Amino acid sequence: MANIPYRPDEQVPPAEVPDVHPPHPHTWIGRWVFSQDAKYIAIQYSATAIAIGLVALVLSWLVRLQLGFPDVFSFSAEAYYQFITMHGMIMVIYLLTAIFLGGFGNYLIPLMVGARDMVFPFVNMLSYWVYLLAVLVLVASFFVPGGPTGAGWTLYPPQAILSGTPGGQDAGIILMLLSLILFIIGFTMGGLNYVVTVLQARTRGMTLMRMPLTVWGIFTATVMALLAFPALFVACVMMLFDRLLGTSFFMPTLVEMGEQLSYGGGSPIVFQHLFWFFGHPEVYIVALPAFGIVSDLISVHARKNVFGYRMMVWAIVIIGALSFIVWAHHMYVSGMHPYFGFFFATTTLIIAVPTAIKVYNWLLTLWRGDIHLTLPMLFALSFVVTFVNGGLTGLFLGNVVVDVPLSDTMFVVAHFHMVMGVAPLMVIFGAIYHWHPLMTGRMLNEAMGQIHFWVTFIGTYAIFFPMHYVGLVGVPRRYPEIGDPAFITTPVDGLNAFISIAAFIVGAAQILFLFNIAWSARNGRDAGGNPWRAASLEWQTPQTPPRHGNWADDLPVVYRWAYDYSVPGAPEDFIAQDDPWVQQTAPT
Amino acid sequence: MVVVIALVVVVVGSILFHLLSPWWWTPIASNWGYIDATLVITFWITGFVFTAVILFMAYCVWRFRHEPGRVAAFEPENRRLEIWLTVVTGLGVAAMLAPGLVVWKQFVTVPDDATEVEVFAQQWSWSFRLPGEDGRLGTSDAALVGPDNPLGISPFDRFGQDDIIIESDDLYLPIGKPVKMVLRSVDVLHNFYVPEFRAKMDMVPGMVTYFWFTPTRIGEFEVLCAELCGVGHGHMRGFVQIQEETDYQAWLQEQRTFAELWEERRVRTASSDPEQ
Repeated sequence: MANIPYRPDEQVPPAEVPDVHPPHPHTWIGRWVFSQDAKYIAIQYSATAIAIGLVALVLSWLVRLQLGFPDVFSFSAEAYYQFITMHGMIMVIYLLTAIFLGGFGNYLIPLMVGARDMVFPFVNMLSYWVYLLAVLVLVASFFVPGGPTGAGWTLYPPQAILSGTPGGQDAGIILMLLSLILFIIGFTMGGLNYVVTVLQARTRGMTLMRMPLTVWGIFTATVMALLAFPALFVACVMMLFDRLLGTSFFMPTLVEMGEQLSYGGGSPIVFQHLFWFFGHPEVYIVALPAFGIVSDLISVHARKNVFGYRMMVWAIVIIGALSFIVWAHHMYVSGMHPYFGFFFATTTLIIAVPTAIKVYNWLLTLWRGDIHLTLPMLFALSFVVTFVNGGLTGLFLGNVVVDVPLSDTMFVVAHFHMVMGVAPLMVIFGAIYHWHPLMTGRMLNEAMGQIHFWVTFIGTYAIFFPMHYVGLVGVPRRYPEIGDPAFITTPVDGLNAFISIAAFIVGAAQILFLFNIAWSARNGRDAGGNPWRAASLEWQTPQTPPRHGNWADDLPVVYRWAYDYSVPGAPEDFIAQDDPWVQQTAPT
Repeated sequence: MVVVIALVVVVVGSILFHLLSPWWWTPIASNWGYIDATLVITFWITGFVFTAVILFMAYCVWRFRHEPGRVAAFEPENRRLEIWLTVVTGLGVAAMLAPGLVVWKQFVTVPDDATEVEVFAQQWSWSFRLPGEDGRLGTSDAALVGPDNPLGISPFDRFGQDDIIIESDDLYLPIGKPVKMVLRSVDVLHNFYVPEFRAKMDMVPGMVTYFWFTPTRIGEFEVLCAELCGVGHGHMRGFVQIQEETDYQAWLQEQRTFAELWEERRVRTASSDPEQ
């Protein structure tokens, strides 16, 4: 499989469809604002996601001010709940999902599969503008009377739409639900594009089992998102009806502050099932692109093929499929029938096996490699540390009875920040250091990058590792202040202050990173065409950065997988996918 | 090799923090020692895996770091190794899952001799109800909640007449007797959580949920709400007092039944009504 000899008749099928050139913009606005070029849309998506991510970063600082120094910075409970809600929602949906699929998906899919663009460029453009609208609606909720919703990022009814919750009876929750609905509409337009492009627009010779794992990760995540987001969509619409039209989908007979409400007959648990039927796949919608990208980063920078490529592909697909039957592990203590616990604990722990295989294969890719400790490689290594750590604490929470004392405590907060906050962000950073030269033609500044890496790696570990123990002590999440209850035998105040200080420093390092991106886009060292000497197709474009249409007059023809590194007998330590090089002496 | 040192420091630091730091769970006060035991097994297995994986990675980074002349090996697959690793992982996962499921079976199987105690949650306070002499809780409905019937108990159900009502005050329980905590909420989600008991469960309006435990230690234990329930969430606290049987009985004698409270409130409502 790895070193397939070049047999033109077999390995490179004839083109089935004629080369389609994407629409060519004639106006300045068509080129730079309403662009239909996936590369430009990718940058629009990423820039918007990072901008709204900065809001989430500031919110996390405010949260940590409250938790670390409750006597000095005492926000109101309303404000605190608004901070955590908006921080969580922005990070999960508007930053991580958008940047992996809308950002990296748009930029890399057409280039990596050898297409000129996405198959539906106009719909792709529309996807971004609807996403931007969703972000603007979200931002608007900060400025309406009552402020944004403070229902927690899970938005559990009934409290999400009642008056005891910030924004519940004001516009906050309505704008949140509208924004999510818009996001899903926008994502669906983009997602259909990514899937159809991967399935229909691969160049000659690019079989599915020759695609880089980055494409496999993004492709599988997109299919999952197309199946999972509708559950959130209907949940949002139903809650909007409950709030505005007086329906009772999620609302049983309620007495609020001694007042009988006019609801009756609905079930709050139904919302939780819908939410987590989306919410658990969502974890992997973020994780699978990260898995794919990190595999490629490790392979390129260790100058070695990905170990067990076929196993890696199947692990991605199996994890994607299994992730649809584990959702209720978020609901062990929700009051659902307790016997569901047996089923969901078993499926949840089974998913650990393909996930562990991926970790082993990353390590075995390093084994006997030629490891260049470049910035992308450093971030890939730190991803493995944080992901393994966060994945292992998932075995606590997935194992139903161990979850009982830990659920709804700070242990859960530490776990999911480690596994789906820090770990995917490490991959995003590594990916930006890796592909920034392709996008701009210039390298990112190494010194700033080193500072960014070390502060982020050590800092995030210092934030989230001790936080597990705050939860183990028994401190519940979503408490602005725990006070001094008797069950805390050793006070956690000092630990909380330490975590907060680490969080401020890590946050500041991200500002340096953004400065580096802006500074290096003009002043960075010239990258040349293929600075990492990578084999995959996106580095083989005639120009760097790739122009509109990506390729020259002819589309590239693919002769091999994306991982021909250090092939014995080859003239260089990598063979590009479109290089028809053949081993002269055929192996017996 | 700064990276190698950093990786080793992360591993060693994590282990030392785990072993030496004073932050650990609060001493248990219920029968759920099995939960703690399963948690400890999980710590051992995951701690071993974490250490092995990260130290192996550190070794690879050190041993195979780029040097002039180094060439990476070309090894796309190794079927035997991959199958071997899969099997070992499967066994490790099973070693954690199996005891977990056995203990879960105990957790969801309420013993026949457990006494029912109702916890009643609303924003942002705890109330309780004990079944009275007949040993049965009367029926209740959120639609019946009103100023003269704060827990929404049916006044026409004879089983409810002798139910003991504890409004926004401490709950007393006798040590060593299994209790089934029957959980009810009338407004939003809440969660009855006492760290020392290890158990917790959401309270869902429109539903009755439950868990059971046996108190094993005398003392005062703080109840916290563990499911976000609005702005008062962080202040929704209460207390459970675990007492010897005799002290418990003495406390029980001072409590009032639903019938007494109902009569008293109706009289008060009637006398304050000028139409009468």
